[in-house]
Parts: sequence; C-alpha cells; structure tokens
Amino acid sequence: MAKIIEGLYYSESHEYVRVEGEFGYVGITDYAQSQLGNVVYVDMPEEEDEVTAGEEFGAVESVKAASDLFSPVSGEVVEVNSALEDEPELINQDAFANWIMKVRMSDPSELENLLDAAAYAKICE
Amino acid sequence: MNNVYYGKLIFELSKPGRRGYSLPKNEFDGYSLEQLPVARRENKTLLPEVDELTVARHYTNMSNNNFGVDTGFYPLGSCTMKYNPKVNEELAALQGFNIHPSTPDCAAQGALKLYDEVQRTLAEISGLSRFTLNPYAGAHGELTGLMVIGTYHRQRGDVNRTKIIVPDSAHGTNPASAAVAGFQIVQVKSTAQGTVDVEDLKPLLGPDIAGMMMTNPNTLGLFETQIPEIARLVHECGGLMYYDGANLNPMLGVCRPGDMGFDVMHINLHKTFSTPHGGGGPGSGPVGVRAGLEHCLPNPQVVYNEEKGRYEQHFDEESLGSVSGFLGNFGVIIRAYAYLLTLGRENVPMAGRLSVLNANYIKERLRSHYKLPIDVVCKHEFVFDGLREEYGGDHHDAEHVTTLDVAKRLLDYGYHAPTIYFPLLFHEALMIEPTETESKDTLDAFIDVMIRIAEEAKSDPKMVKSAPHNTPIRRLDDVKAVKEPKFTFKAL
Amino acid sequence: MFKYFPHTPDDVQKMLDVIGVSNLDDLYAEVPEELKLHRELDIPSAKSEMEVRRIIEGLAAENKRLVCFAGAGCYDHYTPSLVPFIAARSEFSTSYTPYQAEISQGTLQYIFEYQTMMADLTGMDISNASMYDGSTATAEAMLMCVASAKKRNKVVISATFQPNVIRVVSTYAKFHGVELVVVPATAQGTTDLDAVRRMVEADDVAGVIVAQPNRYGIVEDFDGLAAHCHAHKTLLAINTVASALGVLKTPGEWDADIACGDAQSLGIPMGYGGPYIGYLCTKEALIRKMPGRLVGATTDVEGRRAFVLTMQAREQHIRREKATSNICTAQGFMCLYVAAYLSIMGEEGLREVNEQSHAAARYLHESLLATGKFSEVFPGQPFLNEFTLRYDGCTCELRKRLAEAGFLAGVCTEGMEGCLTFAATETRTRQEIDKLVSLI
Repeated sequence: MAKIIEGLYYSESHEYVRVEGEFGYVGITDYAQSQLGNVVYVDMPEEEDEVTAGEEFGAVESVKAASDLFSPVSGEVVEVNSALEDEPELINQDAFANWIMKVRMSDPSELENLLDAAAYAKICE
Repeated sequence: MNNVYYGKLIFELSKPGRRGYSLPKNEFDGYSLEQLPVARRENKTLLPEVDELTVARHYTNMSNNNFGVDTGFYPLGSCTMKYNPKVNEELAALQGFNIHPSTPDCAAQGALKLYDEVQRTLAEISGLSRFTLNPYAGAHGELTGLMVIGTYHRQRGDVNRTKIIVPDSAHGTNPASAAVAGFQIVQVKSTAQGTVDVEDLKPLLGPDIAGMMMTNPNTLGLFETQIPEIARLVHECGGLMYYDGANLNPMLGVCRPGDMGFDVMHINLHKTFSTPHGGGGPGSGPVGVRAGLEHCLPNPQVVYNEEKGRYEQHFDEESLGSVSGFLGNFGVIIRAYAYLLTLGRENVPMAGRLSVLNANYIKERLRSHYKLPIDVVCKHEFVFDGLREEYGGDHHDAEHVTTLDVAKRLLDYGYHAPTIYFPLLFHEALMIEPTETESKDTLDAFIDVMIRIAEEAKSDPKMVKSAPHNTPIRRLDDVKAVKEPKFTFKAL
Repeated sequence: MFKYFPHTPDDVQKMLDVIGVSNLDDLYAEVPEELKLHRELDIPSAKSEMEVRRIIEGLAAENKRLVCFAGAGCYDHYTPSLVPFIAARSEFSTSYTPYQAEISQGTLQYIFEYQTMMADLTGMDISNASMYDGSTATAEAMLMCVASAKKRNKVVISATFQPNVIRVVSTYAKFHGVELVVVPATAQGTTDLDAVRRMVEADDVAGVIVAQPNRYGIVEDFDGLAAHCHAHKTLLAINTVASALGVLKTPGEWDADIACGDAQSLGIPMGYGGPYIGYLCTKEALIRKMPGRLVGATTDVEGRRAFVLTMQAREQHIRREKATSNICTAQGFMCLYVAAYLSIMGEEGLREVNEQSHAAARYLHESLLATGKFSEVFPGQPFLNEFTLRYDGCTCELRKRLAEAGFLAGVCTEGMEGCLTFAATETRTRQEIDKLVSLI
C-alpha cells in the first residue's frame, strides 16, 4: 500500500505540494513512484523558469516508461533538487522527502483546487 | 561457437600495422589532399586495424549469437515473421539493379518497370487506386499517409481539421506518426470485446477531425466487424479513413482495405510480403490511396508515359512533397516483387488463411494453461493475458511467474518470445502470431513447450523467474544500461 | 501444397477439428459478406523459381549499367567482397529488432560497433542505431533542434544542400509546423554565413543546418559558426558525406551539436537509391532529444558484458503521442555493412579511398576544362571528389548521348541551367576518364 502523508496537497496526476510559507515543494507521490518502478532519470526545469498550474514542467523516466510532470501550482522555480541528477533512485527510496522543485507560488488560492490526503487516497485505490 | 571471439568487439581485436583492405595503385600523380586549404580532419580515428580473416571470424561468430527466422520459430505478435525466401536475396543482389539513382530514366527502364509492377499489384491486393513505394518503413508509411490526409484537407481549403482519432489498442507508432505529422490525437476506447467502441467514437466526430487510423484486424487479432459503420461515420463528418497495414497478412485475398471503406493505407513489405526484417530494417512501407487522392502521393512518382511508351520519374506540383531521397528501399521492393510473382493469385489468398488457421490452432491448444481474455475466432494473432490462475497467473507478487518470465523461459527452449506487454489493454499481454510458413509439427512442439513452462511455473517458479539459463548471456541489467550509459567502445 | 506452406491436407483437417470449424473459410465467418472479395485477385499466376528468376533477371538486364561520374548523395565506392559475404548470414538478416537481448547479441554488438564508429568519425559523443537515409536524418535533426529549444520554432537550412534533401526537410517542416528558412548561397557557391549570423542574432532560431561538402561539391569553411550559434542558444547541425569524414574536419571539430547524413558511401551498393542508411550523432547533453534506437553496454546477472537496447523511454512505443519522432524500424541491417566496411578499411583505407577519389576528381576536372567545352562556375573553390562546371551546350543532350555510350555524365545541377555536377571515386580509372572526356 502506497504511503500518503496528511497535510500535503495532491493532484490527480500524482504530484504533491508541501507548502512552507510562500513556497511549495513539488514532487511525485509514493504511489506514482511505485507505478513507475526504478526511476532512472528526472527531467527538471531550470531555476527562474515560470511554471503554470496544470502544465508540464518536466518528466520522470523509468526503464520502460516515461511520465510527464504537471505542475500543481503556478509560480517561479527558485530551486531544483540537484541530488536527483545523479541519484534519481532517491525518488524510489522516499518520494516525499525527495521533492523535485521548489516554487515561489504566485497564486496560493490554486491550492484549493488540489486534493487532500483522504481524497487522494481514494483515487489510488 | 568460438569463445575466443565471443564477446570481443572488433576494436579489441585491433593491432597496429594490420590491414584488411587492398586498393589499386593511385593512377593520378600530383593531386594530394594536402592541397585542400581548409577543413581537414585533425583527430585520429578509433577504427580498428584488422586483417580480413579476423573480420570474417569476428562477424561469423557474432552471427552464432543471434536468433533469426532461419534459426527457429518466431511467434512474435504484430511482426509477421514469415520465411524469407532465398531466391529473393539473389535477385535483389543482381548487378543490373546496382545503378546510380540519378541514372536517366531511359537507362533504368527495368528498375522503373519493376517499381510500377509492384505498385499495381499492391493496388489490386488492397482495392485502392495507386501506391507509392517511397516510404522506408511502416512508421514512415504512416507518416506519409497522414501527410496525404493533411494535403487532401488543405487543398480543399479546410484548415480546421487538426485531429486524428486513434483507438486505444493501436500500435504506438500511430499516435507518434500523427503527432509528427502535426496532428493532435484523440483516443477512442475499445469495448470489452476488444473492438472499437462505436458509441465512444460518435461524440468525437466533428469538423475538426482529419481522419481516423485503424488496424484491421486489430492488435488483438480481431476483425473490426463494425468497420462499414465506422467508415460511414468518419466519412460523414468529412474525415478520411487510414488503414495501418501491419496486420494485412490474414486479409490477403479475402477482404480488401479499399472495399472496407479505407481511403489511405500503408503496407509493411517486411511483414506481409516476406522481405527480411534485418534486425530492425531496412523495411519498406508503401502507401496506397483511393481514386481521387493519387496526386497527393509523394514525389518522385513512377508513372508509365503512354505517349512515349516508357516509364518515368515524375514530380507532381500537387504532391504532399517528398519523404525520401530517392525511390525508397528499392532492394526491398525487388524482394517483395519476387515473392509476389512466386505466390501469384493462387497462393496469396492461402497465405492469409493458413496464418489464421495456425493462430487459432495455438490459441485452442493453449487456452487450458494461459488466460484467454477474449474468446472468439481470431485472425492471424491473438493475445493471452498471462498464465491461468492455477499456474500462478493473477497473482501480483514477486514469487509468481509473469509474462516476462514465460518469454525468457521460451528462449531456453530455442524459441523466440512472443510480443509481450502489448497491447496495453491487458496487464500481462502475451501476443502470438505464428504466420503461415510454420508447420503443424513446429506449432505442436511450441505448444508442448508452452505447456511445460506453465507446469514449471507451478512446480518451480524460481527457476522460471531466473530464466533464461541456456542462452549465450543471461538476463541483463536494464537499469544499469540507462543509469551508467555506455554507447560506444570509448565509453566502456 | 506450395513450397512456402508446409501444411498437408491432413494437417489442415486436424487443425480445423481442434478449432471446431469445418473449413478455412469458416475462420472468417464474422467478416461481413459484403466486404469479402468473392473473386480471384487480378494479379499474375504463381511462378516457379526459374520463371521468377527469368522475369527479374530480364528486368535487371533492361537497365543499363553506366560508368558512374555522378554523386549528389550516392557514391560509387568499392565494397570489399567480405562485406556482402558477412551480410548474407541469415542469422543476422532474418532476425527481428533485438528486443530479446539474450538471443540477439550478434545484432546488438554490430550496432554497438557501428555507433562507436559513427560517433568517432563525426567527432560526436553518441550515434543512434540508424535513420532511414540522409534526407530523413536531416529532417530528424531539424525536429531535434525544435524539440530541444523550448520555445523556438524556426530552423535555418543552407540552400547549398542537395535539393532532394531540402525537399524532404521542407516536407517534414510543413506538416510539423516548423518555420524552415532556406538561406541562399553566395555567388561563390557557399552558405551565406553572414546571412545566417544575422538570422541567429534574432534569438529565435532553434537550429542551423549546413552541408559538407555541399551540393556543388565545395568543401565549406564553417569557422566561427558554432560559437556564434551557441552564443544565441541555437544548435548547429552539420550534414557530411560519411566517407569524407575520414579526411574532412568533423562536425565535432567544428563544435556542432548534431551530425547527420547518409552513410551509403561507407560500403553500401548504389542499388538505385536504397537501402542506404542515415546516421544521426550528437553530444551527450542532447541524448534524450535524439530519436531512434540506441544500443548500450551493460552486464548480465553473471556480470558478463553484454549489449541491450536502452533509453527506450524516448521512443514512440512508450511516448506515443508525446513522441518527437515516430521512427522505429530504420535501417538496422545496414549498420552491419558500415561496421564490416570500416573494419576492413580502417583509418588508412578510408584515407586512401578519399585520396584516390580526390585525385580522380581533380584529373577529371582538369581534363573536362581542357576540352574547352566546360567552364568553371565557382573558380578556385576547394572540392573533395565532386565539382560543378558549366557546359557550353545542352546538358540533357550531352547526358543522353553519353548514356548511350555507357557513361553517367554527372547530374544536372538543379536550378542552374547548363551546369553539371560530376563526381569521381576510387573505382574510376584513368582510362574511363580519358574515354569520357574524348566523347565530349
């Protein structure tokens, strides 16, 4: 059974946002990593890129699959998790600890469109 | 097998000072490359220095580590791995065809005539008006066919048709080709019976639909019986019907794409018409169109000029453009012509019927051990959804045998694996296509092995899960291949 | 029954019994009757092997094999006997794409060797496992530029490309929605680099594609081009005739990002236009933007080195409508031709082929000018083994007359009335050149 953490915001396309003040840490859920299998590459945005809620910002690749990443929130990318460049498998080890990008959210009200842990758990069933 | 050579790369056999070539003495004095003022190469190459025998042994030993149709049975679904006749190889190598592509038409009449004969024969077999043989492969044919569809709409001034409908069971190339041709993709669902869901299709149709791609029989090996209705609906909304000819083999001489209502199609000569697959090409993907679309086909076109009484390469202003440097994979076209002449009108229709017979025979004999999700008479291929429950299927844990394990275990018994994990409609898909050139004896032996593997899956799943055991190498580390990428000898 | 169908009537009956139908036509019971053909196909009747041979040998004989002085994307180099001999091994030719690596090491290994050789010849990090031909490889290079540049959609291509390559690239661009700009040639027959620079400075060009040697045979100087492109985040792709990579400055040495072209010149027969092989090489940073199959090295469970198709997540069967290329089956088998040819020739052999081709072309060039019926179009421009001259008369009539005499006298230089582009290779003898010239 995939892990789901209370207090995060989730998208139907299996990304999560952890909110800390004006920043959102975006990654893929434990369920998403378990579906993909061994992650071998993460295509990340660049710092200062603008991302838009619902639009692509990168991709996660396993040996036999590639999955586009959709940003749950809009804003400016202030940091990417460079540890994933060399060790993309960190996502398999702990998807929630290993976020992909940190976004300065331009419209925090977008969080209201996302799912809470209970609602997200339902779509993973 | 010579183990001294096995596994070595040609670069590892190199020794400074050896050479494998000979050239005549240069007859022209006083012209040196040193006189080229610019743009000369500075870096040395890594090319090996080897003698001729070393090269001969190296590749001959490598060929021993390879499985081909000539080695054994190749039940690979959607790939139509039939026998590749040898006379075709000899004829394709005739020096009379080894001419420069810019040879004036008057000096290439034999080649142009052959090209035209193949176009005409394919048109009759498909029930369409005209073919081009320029596309290099099936996916290239799809792209060309979609360009025909785009050109047709543009020439009518209808620029809003930006979408192509593709069934969820389609080959991956269909949506990819449509995307490369500049279309958006709309997916249509399959019913529980595995054919296109007409009710799901209806709301998708509208003035933005350029056309629909279909494979018939589809990738489950099922004939799309609703095809007349589907074609009518798509035509009514102004779209064209595209036939993916990957599965044409079972239809030969029975039922033609043109008569089913298709407007554009491609054929894989390397599937249906027996040209060798070559470990991933060269193939050939001729594209045919119904009457009224001929002018859209790519340039150059080969036509017979009645007035002059000869064949010509022709450039049509109205054409979609060009998709190939010259006239496609001509050497492949020669092989297909030899095959068509050999089979003739008597045997072409038998090829399809016997391929269907073979597929259904395997299906009936193995359904006791493998799960058959759709239980109807199939065409040239069918799909199992893994082992039946009593042999370990339906269990999604690490101990039970999966489709991948069955496939790998087959290699131990000297068979190529079926196509696995495609189509995407089933989790444990195992897609089997035997083709008409395999005998009942071959099929019986294969069936026995498949049953034995099912029993092994029950009695000794660990052994099956660690298969293959008897191949030149064993299971590979796919993750390492991506994470520590090494694509050249230099990177090793 | 028939030689390719092993079924005896008894086998067929037994199989029908197992399936539970009474005859072969019953296997098509679900196909609506109105869709069925209900007649024989109107194609020729079955032929014996001897008859087939007679027909096709007859057609081969209707072609006239001309002594070849044409190039324009296809070159009459010598193929050592060993190359077709190795390629005749049906363990190679009758195999499918090597998805089952355990029983496909032969195919995987020669593709790995091919990738190594092409990456090395072009001076790039990696090569894919082939494209269809040089023209489609160039079109894919264009798509790669657009896919790599996030928000740019314009690609600049030099008018000095072979016209048939420009036609294919334009066709792909037209449908894929790429804005393709053809930059004109200078009066000296080379890429107008100043014009290219100005275009690149607009900061909206995804890629620049140039050809070497170009359609007139001229060896171009791309000094400074890559730096200028890179300063404006534009990729540079160079299409080089593969054989010439043995002696000409490589795309890697020019600091290009993509190398593409046709490798027919590396041991593949002219065969009336195909099968040839397109090559596509790039730098490591662009690997995930590169189309086509890739073979990589890894190990098996016992730690032995082995080869496998890898990075498949880029490919059409996984990406489907997100794919930037639809290529799957390309020209895999032709990698074997190239690998075997380059193994035989080595660096020395390849250089000698180029030297002899160059010498023959220079001699032909001088001899043609000496007739007084030809004049230079681009005086003083350096060439390798192909060049363009103006003929004082009707080129069509000349080519026709020489074809009747057994010679392929170059190709008509498209868009330049009265000009012919000639090529020579190591297979042309002094006697053949003298004979050709005497007929003019």
